[in-house]
Amino acid sequence: MSLSNHIPILIIAIPLLAAFLVPLINRINKKAAGILTALALSVSLILTIALAVKILTVGPQVYVFGAASPSLTLPSGLKFPIRIMLQIDAMSIFMGLITAVVSFLGAIYSLSFTKQYDGVDKYYSLLLLLTVGMFGMEFTGDIFNFFVFLEIASIASVALISFRGIDFGEPAEAGFKYMIVSSISALMVLFAIGIFYGQYDLLNFAALASVIKYSQLDKIALGLLIPVLAMKAGAVPMHMWTPDAYSEAPAPITMILVAASQASLYALFRVVFSLYNISLNALTVGWIIIVFGLLSMFIGVTMAIVQKDIKRLMAYHAVSQTGYMFLGVGVGLAVLANPEALKNYGITAMEGGIFHIMNHAMYKGLLFLTAGALFFRTGTRDLNKMGGLAHYMKYTTIFFIIGAAAIAGLPPFNGFASKLLIYESVYRFNPLLSIMAMVVSILTLASFVKVFHSAFLGPKLPQFKEVKETPRSMLFAMAVLSCIIIFFGLFPDLIVKNLVHPAVMSLIEQLQYTGTVLGGM
Amino acid sequence: MIGNLPYVAVVIFIGLGIYTLMFKRNLIKIAIGICLIENGVNLFLITLGYRKGAIAPIYTQAPSGQIMVLPTPQALTLTSIVIGIATTALILSVAMMIYKHYGTLDTDQVRRLRG
Repeated sequence: MSLSNHIPILIIAIPLLAAFLVPLINRINKKAAGILTALALSVSLILTIALAVKILTVGPQVYVFGAASPSLTLPSGLKFPIRIMLQIDAMSIFMGLITAVVSFLGAIYSLSFTKQYDGVDKYYSLLLLLTVGMFGMEFTGDIFNFFVFLEIASIASVALISFRGIDFGEPAEAGFKYMIVSSISALMVLFAIGIFYGQYDLLNFAALASVIKYSQLDKIALGLLIPVLAMKAGAVPMHMWTPDAYSEAPAPITMILVAASQASLYALFRVVFSLYNISLNALTVGWIIIVFGLLSMFIGVTMAIVQKDIKRLMAYHAVSQTGYMFLGVGVGLAVLANPEALKNYGITAMEGGIFHIMNHAMYKGLLFLTAGALFFRTGTRDLNKMGGLAHYMKYTTIFFIIGAAAIAGLPPFNGFASKLLIYESVYRFNPLLSIMAMVVSILTLASFVKVFHSAFLGPKLPQFKEVKETPRSMLFAMAVLSCIIIFFGLFPDLIVKNLVHPAVMSLIEQLQYTGTVLGGM
Repeated sequence: MIGNLPYVAVVIFIGLGIYTLMFKRNLIKIAIGICLIENGVNLFLITLGYRKGAIAPIYTQAPSGQIMVLPTPQALTLTSIVIGIATTALILSVAMMIYKHYGTLDTDQVRRLRG
């Protein structure tokens, strides 16, 4: 019974414990709340990295709750698992790493950012709960457990989006919208769970995957799951909540919300690949996902160009970038039943899509943080009112340039690496899709040139005379993200080979996923 | 003998809920719509575990040989109800904040975020 067997649950349990400790600590010392949060999340980050090393060297891990030993998946000769378990393979830990990095940096950034807020302890409590929900969604191997964590993440993020709703109307409005969206999606997920349970008497992902038949009811469940999870991820026909929620939430929360929508994206991929895999009509479902991706890319970027609110603009870009992930992974899914094409370009397309998830979390997080820094110092998010800020905020300007270059896909930043993978592989699937992706990328660049011009360039404006560089903790968070972006941009091979490729393979190979729990059936 | 009647009720519940969400303009009514869908889903789960003539799944007092209803869907439903209370409370408290700032609950007038 060594402690290292319990790492998976500790990653979730430590922030959960801290979430309820924070309000208590705050009674004693006002400053301790933020520090405790950052500390808990840094422990989580270290444990996630340790777990990642273990998974990438040894193989997928399971953690069974309440069993005699954490790896005992099938108790006393049963043929199917009855206990709730965490099942963590390369894809889960890939998402877990994103969550850990983003939430830790969000907490660090919040140390200065939330100075003017009341009730900071509640803010940190909710931030920790949101992190717990995301970790849970990514690590769980039980479909009902997934629903519970989905609701934890939704409730925490709604409370955080409308955190400023006491003083302003808009955050409350955005929060209401997001609450309705997430309630509906969670209830539809629960309905799909009911359909699965009614047919197979199972709630475990891996056990379900081994018996699923793609009957009429399974098709209904898939038809419920794909739209609602795409809605939570912010794909286009259901994207109306994204700009509101992203722009009204405090900046560090927006960064974490991006990762939270990617957790839903992960769940969508998990359902399609690990649960159904080749039993479904891969070409049709693949094209559905590709169409989601195309619409998101195109409508997202065209809506972004006309925005005047800097965070709203970036939120529409987040929708547009999500489209790239849908495109890359959708192409991989469309050729899933065709081993030749899968080997030739399908896997590369999926690598591009999955790598883009991590890249997007990093550069979009950085951009939202710079927008938060501008708001923190100038008190406005309106691009028409800003100008000449490069004179006062040198570092923020540099960080913004790095983030903008990365999102537009310029070398040597990380956006280029993943977008190139997507372009070249999708071109072999369908040249038109690849060309549209490139056009969207150019429009993205155009839009960020506009932001850079109107916010940072120009003469010094008299109303911003008092503006100075952002506090150190905010700079630290932005600097770390910039370093990650440049590192990924310079050594994409290293990341793709060691992190992304195992993640893609763990999605494609369903037998490996079920075998972890059922012992190689 | 109730047959498939509970499933019909499930469809009616969820249908009414979706109708309320789509066509009602009052924020409180939207919250009620969410509750209706939630009740429909909970009823669906409970119905899945129902067996005709079965007793409650408590082993200590059960006569031997008697069939029992499935306990798992009941546990799921209980969890779902608890989560539903939190969701509803949060929706209503956000609606309260909206009313404070906008002075109305009409969705047509609560529209400062657009474009």
